[in-house]
Amino acid sequence: MEKFILKYFTLIRTIIAILVGMIISVVLIYLISEMPAYSIKQFFLGPVLSKGRFANVIENASPMIFCGVAIAIAFQAKQFNIGAEGALFISAAVGTAFAVSTGMPTVLHVIMVLVVAGATGAIWGFIPGILKAKWGASELVASLMMNYIAYYGGLYLINSHFRDKDAGFLVSIRLPETAWLPQFMPGTRLHLGILLAVIFAFLGYYFLYHTTSGYEIRTTGNNQKFAKFGGMNIVKVIVLAQVLSGMLAGLGGMTEVMGIHRRFNWQMSPGYGWDGVIVAIIGRNHPLLIIFAAFFLSYMRVGGQILNLMADVPSELVLVIQSVIIILITAEAFLSTWKNKITIKEAERVEVANESVTQ
Amino acid sequence: MENILQVKNITMVYPTGVIANKDVSMDVKKNSIHAIVGENGAGKSTLMNVIFGKIHPQEGEVLYKGEKVSFKNPNYAIKAGIGMVHQHLMLAPDLTVAENMILGIEPKKGKIFLDTVNALEITREVSKKYGLDVPVDKKIKDLPIGVRQRVEILKALFRNAELLILDEPTSVLTPQETEILFETLINLKESGKTILFISHKLSEVKRLADTVTVMRDTRVITTRDASDLTEEKIAHLMVGRDINSGRIGEPENPGNIRLAVKDLSYVDDENVQILKDISFDVRAGEILGIAGVEGNGQSELISIITGLLKPADGSVSVDDNNIIGLSPRQIRELKVSHIPEDRMENGVADMASLEENFIVDRYYKSEFSKNGKINWKYIKDYSVDLIKRFNILTQSSKTAAGALSGGNIQKVVVARELSSNPELIIAAQPTRGVDIGSEELIHDLLKKARDDGKAVFLISADLDEILKLSTRIIVIYDGHITKQFTDCSNISGMDLGPYMLGVKMEEGASGKIHS
Repeated sequence: MEKFILKYFTLIRTIIAILVGMIISVVLIYLISEMPAYSIKQFFLGPVLSKGRFANVIENASPMIFCGVAIAIAFQAKQFNIGAEGALFISAAVGTAFAVSTGMPTVLHVIMVLVVAGATGAIWGFIPGILKAKWGASELVASLMMNYIAYYGGLYLINSHFRDKDAGFLVSIRLPETAWLPQFMPGTRLHLGILLAVIFAFLGYYFLYHTTSGYEIRTTGNNQKFAKFGGMNIVKVIVLAQVLSGMLAGLGGMTEVMGIHRRFNWQMSPGYGWDGVIVAIIGRNHPLLIIFAAFFLSYMRVGGQILNLMADVPSELVLVIQSVIIILITAEAFLSTWKNKITIKEAERVEVANESVTQ
Repeated sequence: MENILQVKNITMVYPTGVIANKDVSMDVKKNSIHAIVGENGAGKSTLMNVIFGKIHPQEGEVLYKGEKVSFKNPNYAIKAGIGMVHQHLMLAPDLTVAENMILGIEPKKGKIFLDTVNALEITREVSKKYGLDVPVDKKIKDLPIGVRQRVEILKALFRNAELLILDEPTSVLTPQETEILFETLINLKESGKTILFISHKLSEVKRLADTVTVMRDTRVITTRDASDLTEEKIAHLMVGRDINSGRIGEPENPGNIRLAVKDLSYVDDENVQILKDISFDVRAGEILGIAGVEGNGQSELISIITGLLKPADGSVSVDDNNIIGLSPRQIRELKVSHIPEDRMENGVADMASLEENFIVDRYYKSEFSKNGKINWKYIKDYSVDLIKRFNILTQSSKTAAGALSGGNIQKVVVARELSSNPELIIAAQPTRGVDIGSEELIHDLLKKARDDGKAVFLISADLDEILKLSTRIIVIYDGHITKQFTDCSNISGMDLGPYMLGVKMEEGASGKIHS
C-alpha cells in the first residue's frame, strides 16, 4: 500500500486536491445559493448533460492545449515565458489579415494562413528569447511587455484596416471560406482545430522526449550550467524553445479564428494564454498530460458558465471556486507531510525486512 | 570520569526516506577529546545535528550532564552550553571579528545603540582568556580560513560552551594551520572543556583523540580508547576491510606535451587579478597535481582550460591547438574530458535520469542519435554497461541522478568523463565527499588512465590525494605558481604548506618542464 501511494503520489495528490476543491465549492455554493442542490448539479454535471455543452468543453480545450504545450516547452527550458497570450492574439490578428487579403484554393489557403500565424507567433517568441539568451534580459518582463504590444498592435491592425464596417460591432471582415477549418459535427462548433491541437500535443511530446533538440531543452532547463559544461549552445537552445513556444500559441489563436467565428472578434484578450500556464502546471509540463489538464480546466470553465447562467451563483464566485481548486492542485507542498510520514515508514519497513534477511 | 553527553538508541530517518542513524548510542566523557570517524554517509553529521537540536530523531534520547534534553532548535543547545563549529563556517563575511562575536547578544548603549567600543573590549578579553589570537577589528572576509575558524571557536566559547562540536575542522586547513588548531584544542581540553570532533583523517584522530567512536553505514561500530587503536585498525573498522593508501607507483616514461598553458592571466568582473602569468605543461602518461588552498585561482584556471571562461592574457593549447575562444564542445572534440569540481553544479542534472546524464557530451554523435532522433534503446544498454563497469549503486538507469548518494553521483560523473576516450583528463576534486571505496576506485581509474598514456591534470584541495597520485606537483597561491616539485616520491604535506600559504616562494617557479 505504502509503495503504491509513493509511486502514484502526484496523481493521488491531484485527485485529493480536486476532491477537496469540490467540497469547498459545495460549501460555498450552499452558502450563496438559494437552490444549492440544483446549482451543484449544474456546476458539476452541467457540461455532460447536453451534447452542445460537452462540445463546448472540447472546443474550449483546443486553444488551451495549444497554449499549454507552448508554455510547457518554454518551462521545460526553465524560461518563464508568459507571452503565450500575446503570441496567440497577434498571430490570430496577422493571420486574419493575411487570410482576408489573399485568395487561394481551400487546403492551400488553410495551410498558408496557419504558416503565417505560426511564423508570427515564432517571431513573438524569438524576441524575448534572444534578449534573454544574449543579454540576460528577463524573459518574464519582456514577454509581459510583448503581450501589451500584441494586444494593442493586434487591435489596431483589425480595427483600423480589416474591420467589417457592415457588422454591428468591432469585428474583422469574415474569412473567405477557403480559409475555414471545417466543423464536423452538426449542431456543435467542433472543428478540425481540436484534432490539430491533439496532434501538436503528440508532436510536442515526441519533440521534447525523443529528439536531440528536445533533450537539449530539457537538460538546459534541468541545469543550465551542466548543459553548458556538456557543450550545448545555450543561446540556441533558449531561443529555439521560445520560438517553438510562440509558434504553438500562434497556431492556437489562429485555429480558434478559423474554426469557430471565422472572423477575428476579440476586443478583449481571450485569456487562453493564461489558461495555458495553468494547464502546463497541472500537466507537469508534459504535453500528453496537458491534453487531460486542458479538458479538466475547460470542463470547469463550462460548468462555471452554466452555473452562472442557469443558477443563482454570480460569475465572480464561480471564478473564486475555480481558483481554489487550481491553487490546491498546483500547491507542491500540499500533503507533503503525509508523504514524508509514509516515506519514513516505508524506509523503516524495508530496513527491518533487510535485517531479518541478513540475520 | 563522568559523562557530559550520552546518546541512547538514536534512530533518525529523513523525510526523503533515507535512514541516517540506526540505533546509535555513545558516551562522551567530560574533559576529553572525543573523535567520531566514519566514511561519508556513515551518519556522523546527522548525529551531531541531532545533538545540537537541528533535527529531531524518531527514536532515542540525548542526555546532557545526566539530564534528558531535546533542544527545540540550536539556540537552546547553545544556551545549555553546547557550541558547534561547522565545516562551512557560519560567519557574516562583511562584519568584523568583534561584530561577529557579539552577534545576537550585542552590548547596548542606552538600550538601543550598539556599543562598539565595548564589543571590541569584550572580544579582546575573551581572546586573551583562551589564548586564541584574533584581529578584533578586521572584517571576516579579509581573513584566512584558519583564522576565521578560530573566530568561530571563540564565538562558541564566548557563549560559555562547555562541549564544543567541530565538524571536519581540518578539511579546509593547510598542514600548518592544522597544527595551530590542534594546539588550541589541546589547550581547551586542559582548561576543562570537552571537544567532540568529526574527522575522516585518521592520523589526526590518532594524534588528538582520547576516545574514538567509529561509525559505519548509519551505526556505531565501536567506541574505544584511542590508545587501543592503530590507524590501520581504525581504517579497517570504518570501511570493513583493508584499504591501500600508499603512493601509487611512478609512471614508465611520460610522452609528448598534451596541455600547454603559457603566461595565463585572468582578471574578474570586479577587476581583481585572479591568475597571474601561469605557465605549465602536462604530458601524456603523467599526472600533474596542482596543490593549493581553495579559492586561489584553481576554479578559474579549470574554467579557462575547458572553455567556460575567457582569459585576459596568455595561451592554452591542447596538442598544439590553441583553444582560447573555442566552445566547450569544440574543446571536448579535441579529446579533452572534465571532471568538474562541483558535481551538483556542473557535473549532473539532478532531476534527469542517469541515461540523460551519461550522454550530455555525446548525444549528438551517430551512435546515440540519427537525424535528430535519439536512440534511447541503445542509450539504455550503454548506460547499464557504464553502471556495471563503474560499480554505480542505483535502482536502474532511469533513476534520477539526484536520488543517488554523493559517492555514486561522483561515479556517474567519472564514468561519463572517462568513457569518452579522452587523451587529456581535467580532474577537479575527483573524490570530494565520496566514501573510501569510491575514492579507491576513482584513484585506480586515474592511475590506469595515466598508465594508458593519457595526460591527467589533477586539481585537489585534499593534499593526501595530491601526494598519492601526482607525478609532478605545482603549488598555487593567490593566482600564481609558488613552487614546482618534479620529484614527489619523498615529500609530505609539510613541504607544500609554506608555498600554499605564500610564505615561501620559489623564484620563477613554473610548471614547465625544463629540458
